[in-house]
Amino acid sequence: MSEAIEKVDLTKIKPYGDALNDGMVQMSFTLPVPYGDETAEAARQLMKKMGFEEPSVVYAQDLGVGYTYVVMYGKCQHTVDYSTIEVPKVEVTSMSYEEVQEYIAENVKRDIVVVGACTGTDAHTVGIDAIMNMKGFAGNVGLERYKGMKAYNLGSQVPNEELVAKAIELNADAILVSQVVTQKDVHIPNLTELVELLEAEGLRDKVVLLCGGPRVSHELAKELGYDAGFGPGTFAYDVATFVATEVVKRDLI
Amino acid sequence: MSKLHLDQSLIESSRKAAKSIAEDVQTFIDAHTTTATERAVSRLLGIDGIDEVEIPLPNVVVDNIKDGGGLGKGVAFWIGNAMVQTGLQPQEIAEKVSAGEIDLTKLAIASDEEIRDAIFPVAEEYTKRIKSNREERERLIAELGEGRKPYLYVIVATGNIYEDVLQAQAAAKQGADIIAVIRTTGQSLLDYVPYGPTTEGFGGTYATQANFKLMRTALDEVGAEVGRYIRLCNYCSGLCMPEIAAAGALERLDVMLNDALYGILFRDINMQRTLVDQFFSRVINGYAGIIINTGEDNYLTTDDAFDAAYTVLGSQYINEQFALQAGLPEEQMGLGHAFEMDPSIENGFLYELAQAQMAREIFPKAPLKYMPPTKFKTGNIFKGHVQDTLFNMISIMTNQGLQLLGMLTEAIHTPHLHDRYLSIENASYVFNNARDLGDEIEFKEGGIIVNRANKVVADAEELLTQIEKDGLFPTIEGGKFGGVKRSRTGGKGLDGVAKRDEGYFNPFVELMLGGAR
Repeated sequence: MSEAIEKVDLTKIKPYGDALNDGMVQMSFTLPVPYGDETAEAARQLMKKMGFEEPSVVYAQDLGVGYTYVVMYGKCQHTVDYSTIEVPKVEVTSMSYEEVQEYIAENVKRDIVVVGACTGTDAHTVGIDAIMNMKGFAGNVGLERYKGMKAYNLGSQVPNEELVAKAIELNADAILVSQVVTQKDVHIPNLTELVELLEAEGLRDKVVLLCGGPRVSHELAKELGYDAGFGPGTFAYDVATFVATEVVKRDLI
Repeated sequence: MSKLHLDQSLIESSRKAAKSIAEDVQTFIDAHTTTATERAVSRLLGIDGIDEVEIPLPNVVVDNIKDGGGLGKGVAFWIGNAMVQTGLQPQEIAEKVSAGEIDLTKLAIASDEEIRDAIFPVAEEYTKRIKSNREERERLIAELGEGRKPYLYVIVATGNIYEDVLQAQAAAKQGADIIAVIRTTGQSLLDYVPYGPTTEGFGGTYATQANFKLMRTALDEVGAEVGRYIRLCNYCSGLCMPEIAAAGALERLDVMLNDALYGILFRDINMQRTLVDQFFSRVINGYAGIIINTGEDNYLTTDDAFDAAYTVLGSQYINEQFALQAGLPEEQMGLGHAFEMDPSIENGFLYELAQAQMAREIFPKAPLKYMPPTKFKTGNIFKGHVQDTLFNMISIMTNQGLQLLGMLTEAIHTPHLHDRYLSIENASYVFNNARDLGDEIEFKEGGIIVNRANKVVADAEELLTQIEKDGLFPTIEGGKFGGVKRSRTGGKGLDGVAKRDEGYFNPFVELMLGGAR
């Protein structure tokens, strides 16, 4: 039986529905035109232009203001070479809560000071709270509970100037910035401003600078001048590991 | 008849404690006023518009009085006095203050009687306008009808009021009963209300009186088309709480977020400031027939939804008493709670059901505001849709009032047009399919659900009797709500609080509360 199953060619991969290389993709979107046969045809043509074969509209719904929602399937024609892909990543294997504490005790031998905030106009503290607050998130305790760390969560809507001032006052080793609201890319100038402020104060090299949020990638963070960026699925131990090892690696002890 | 076999003596004791807590704070409120309260009075006296650098005239007037050391007498006193001295109307006076031609606290002072005689006809005119808005709402509901409870409540948040209008009308056509226009991020910390229609906001749209008017007109239009009154919701929270309540009352909003505790804990607004602000905003909301929404659900996003459930109930009791103090009836108390437990908890649905039914039984007349799962939404839109389905199920089983619809794309983006459609479809399906399920169910005495509800009731009672001993301010300072600590003199807006002086009066509190306070 096994020879009947085709082997995956990593140099040419495409979506999988229920058979290798069938290319099946589900898609849904709204078109700003009224419900009707013409709209279904428009959706099919659009999907063809996107590079799908056999596009089909499986569901269409009038949204009430002359707009139509469609659910579609189509077969992707394109492939990508998986074997040559390289993605910049935070290159640290995360230690556990206990391991990080031991690591700090052995290698840093003092408390690492971490200051975090939701900066600019962002009022959504769910991310920074999940990483920093005692309780943490989904059973993973936050930085406040780590022995060997002094964590200060400044909360929401903290101006960059205030964050930098606090970091100086507390002699912070690391600064954590959370950005949840990313509509119209409001987070980009805000994150950039913080880097500029730290550079102006001559602090940039003296702190580990991290940002995080649902729309933040490591790549984006590096591009903006941060040491690392953490996206969804990050827990306190990931951040703690990065901070602790970076403090040691850069000799910020 | 309690299906949960709740201990009524604990509920009575909780209410009694909450009443004493609220009365204690009311003593403080009655001795103070704020810049925002006085700006709201200015607005209700017809002062509107901006100066050449876009500062709203209510700010210009109140700042002029504050700089002259007269804030403690209240804006009605100074404007009334200026009316006596100049024979001008409030708006003309405000324009002259802005032009530097009048300094309100430097004018000759008329007698209290003359001042009241000047101000009350104007105050009565605007109070009447609010009353007629209330009657117009009642008339429209009688004529068009309205959706059945739980009302389907969706948000629009494009940043552009004209885009919001399109999305709101679409949502109404799909079945939404309440449209909330989310405010731009950061507006709660502005110490003024922006002016005019706006098209630029982040994560939401500025709350301005002009934007209220545009959306009101649009919803009336679509309401007539779909044959259902569509309610409009906005946020009178933050530093401009009573001013936004005033604008909302003048433009016939139907629902307003209004909770001082939320502002204190989650926006770091000074507690003295916002509790004084809240009082006047609730007086206005109460009189205007506006349903308020309180923000207890937020405690469960920063604290654990299972462990901290009693803090939600405790805060609801306090909010109920604050509302009663301000003359806001139970039928307008949209007390908040939420479906926010970790979905991996075994029997989590039972605990959520217990708490929702508990809130229903304790506040039988209140149109409870039930908030959807957000904290444990992951970006897996398909599971998210199922989480929302369970949430909708509990709502219909326990007869919630305002159902803030969950979005499958929560944690990804502000809702797209079709996200809203999918969530309205989900709720409509569940509500229709299980409409009378709640009436068919009794809960097992000594079972998981009954025990859970009774535990929360007991813990809340213990919390409230403790707060009654300690006082509300020290309780917040100790971090009892949402796990967030705030100090009495910390946070934003304390500089806008003033002690009332001899002769202070607020004509609208007198008119709207019928002589009380």
